[in-house]
Amino acid sequence: MVYVVIVFLWTAILLYILLGGADFGAGIVELFTSRGNRHRTRKTMYQAIGPIWEANHMWLIIVIVILFVGFPKIYTTVSIHLHIPLVCMLLGIIARGTAFVFRNYDAVKDDMQKVYTPIFVLSSIVTPFFLGIIAASSVSGAIDLQAQDFLSAYIFSWLNWFSITVGLFTVSICAYLATVFIIGETDNEADRQLFTRKARRVIFVVMAAGALVFIAAYSEQIPLLQWILSDVLGVTAIISASISLVITFVMLHKNKPGVLRFLAGFQVTMILFAATYSHFPDIVLLKGGENLSLLAHQGESKAIEGLAYALLIGSIFILPALAYLIYSFQKKPVSTEEH
Amino acid sequence: MDDFFAARLQMAFSLGFHIVFSCIGMVMPFFMCTAHYLWLKKKKAVYLDVTKAWSKGVAIFFATGAVSGTVLSFELGLLWPKFMEHAGPIFGMPFSLEGTAFFIEAIALGFYLYGWNRFNAWFHWFTGVVVGITGLLSGILVVAANAWMNSPAGFDFVDGQYLNIDPIKAMFNDAWFSQALHMCIAAFVSTGFAVAGVHALMILKGKNIGFHSKAFKIAAVFATIAACLQPISGDISAKDVAHRQPAKLAAMEAHFHTEKGASLIIGGIPDTAAKTVNYALKIPKVLSFMATGDFNAEVKGLDRIPKKDQPPIAVVHYAFQIMVGLGMAMLGLALVYFIALFRKKSWQESKWLLRLFVIATPMGYLALEAGWTVTEVGRQPWIINGVMRTADAVTPMPGIVYSFYLFTGVYISLAIIVSLLLFRQITMVGKLYDSSTDNKTQ
Repeated sequence: MVYVVIVFLWTAILLYILLGGADFGAGIVELFTSRGNRHRTRKTMYQAIGPIWEANHMWLIIVIVILFVGFPKIYTTVSIHLHIPLVCMLLGIIARGTAFVFRNYDAVKDDMQKVYTPIFVLSSIVTPFFLGIIAASSVSGAIDLQAQDFLSAYIFSWLNWFSITVGLFTVSICAYLATVFIIGETDNEADRQLFTRKARRVIFVVMAAGALVFIAAYSEQIPLLQWILSDVLGVTAIISASISLVITFVMLHKNKPGVLRFLAGFQVTMILFAATYSHFPDIVLLKGGENLSLLAHQGESKAIEGLAYALLIGSIFILPALAYLIYSFQKKPVSTEEH
Repeated sequence: MDDFFAARLQMAFSLGFHIVFSCIGMVMPFFMCTAHYLWLKKKKAVYLDVTKAWSKGVAIFFATGAVSGTVLSFELGLLWPKFMEHAGPIFGMPFSLEGTAFFIEAIALGFYLYGWNRFNAWFHWFTGVVVGITGLLSGILVVAANAWMNSPAGFDFVDGQYLNIDPIKAMFNDAWFSQALHMCIAAFVSTGFAVAGVHALMILKGKNIGFHSKAFKIAAVFATIAACLQPISGDISAKDVAHRQPAKLAAMEAHFHTEKGASLIIGGIPDTAAKTVNYALKIPKVLSFMATGDFNAEVKGLDRIPKKDQPPIAVVHYAFQIMVGLGMAMLGLALVYFIALFRKKSWQESKWLLRLFVIATPMGYLALEAGWTVTEVGRQPWIINGVMRTADAVTPMPGIVYSFYLFTGVYISLAIIVSLLLFRQITMVGKLYDSSTDNKTQ
């Protein structure tokens, strides 16, 4: 049963990165849009993310619930030692979630919009940045359970170049997902070209950020390359992600939004796969090599069993409803006036 | 302030904030769907206007409730890691199911908010009902998890080990029903009176009277029914607490000495040193009756509970008095409105009744917060009643005080912005929502 839970955990993380990531990216793209185009950009993006927006961050809650019910030791270790980046991410989530709703539901569209929008944009960057930091810290081996002083226990557990570069990489991935997604949502040629140009630029940023991650890993003596290269599946995942990135780049100007979205999703899936597969079943690598494993540190069998059934039953309800929601609004997008 | 106290306060603020938003998120959809139903049946435009206006409220509160709930799911681990390490697998079942219920709520809300004129009218209405039902279910499940902390079940605690975990038994612990019932009704009472009060104020101000009267009536009827039911569920809860958590009941009542035929203490200032309550109204034998159903039964006092296992008495006592007092005030108003509905229709138009409703606007939420103070502070010093102490559960990380200041600041600013938003939605009713003619007064 524990494998059922692990599959759900991994899928929920992936969906959060894909759907939530595109959602964060929408805010990031807004920042890098010239003032003249900003209103149009925002309108297109709002149409795209509006209806499924509420559902997106649910994936994160599912991840958390799976962790604390099924793998409490892992949840608490991360909560204690990555307290600070978790709080930063939470502040981002609060600010972002509320600013998005406030700016759409404020009955008077006045100067308050100038308050909401920067908060929305800033938190769209902060949240995935710290998400990346948390993900990186859990595998960088910097968490030291034996640490005695504040700095090494609660600061250096996450503050290092590797984590920071992974944070930046996560931000760039979000921007990438958003631009590729938005291309398919545009309703005129000018917008399509605008976002195509953006997507092209973002691809360069993603590659640069990816390169930085490897450099940082090297300087922090984290055997990132070894992890990936030591395993055939890992290598395959990275190579296929790279090839499909090139294909995406070439195909950007062709009007095939569905294919582009699939490719972008595929790349992110492969990156997550490569990043998690080589350690499996370990999920948190600690200083001194004693790792937290999804198998060795799973909760009691009854708890895992209950969790697995709850997830299976839940998905029977959730997945068709979510699919129908996305389908209905893809078929006929909302106009900004309607909501 | 030490870190432990800061952690407790941060948790209290987070919960206190979340509860308001989640209750509105749980109950407003039912008001909205009632108005929507009346629109579909009667085809009077005013009901559609009310539905649309309320749906904006639902969206704002749902989003705020969702983020504050997300924060809570992290805070449990950030502040109480030792607790979560052991409790997570045991009381995780309701949280796992709540995830599903909440997810469906979010999906249904997507359908509802963006689904005008694109689906079958009744399907669209039904998605709104689903929002309400799943919201209520989420509330029940989360309260079931909290009830487990008051009434731990589904495991054996042997030599500090948590063995033989049974998540289903943990979910259906002894306290889940009485707590969930009391909470659900409280959500309807507090949201009902808050919404009715706001619309009553607008009627008194003479703005969009047609619109606000319809809105007022729907909310007031819900509030009235709920306020009349609440004392019954309160009685069930009291007997339950007396049975399971005598320390909590003793603190609620500031009942210092174990006695037969114990008196009910109303109000007063507890003097913990002298073990008396000054200036209180004492009704002989009633406490025994309320706690057990027998006027002469013995009620355990604080003297039977070791000092180190006693909750803070004054806070719990005051909070309980506030909750019951406000509950009674709302019950009184509910009965008056009941008469206005069936016997004295002229009262419905009268200003004094509307004024009373305006006064009652915050009462439900104050009672709700007071009630949660009783539940949570009354359980202290335990985080898992009789099993784990709160002080043993707190995070080892120092500096929680700063995190407390930070989150307090965030919650205060959010509360201000939400109030501003709501104020604007309400004052813009004439322009945005009211399609009738009487908005010419504007």
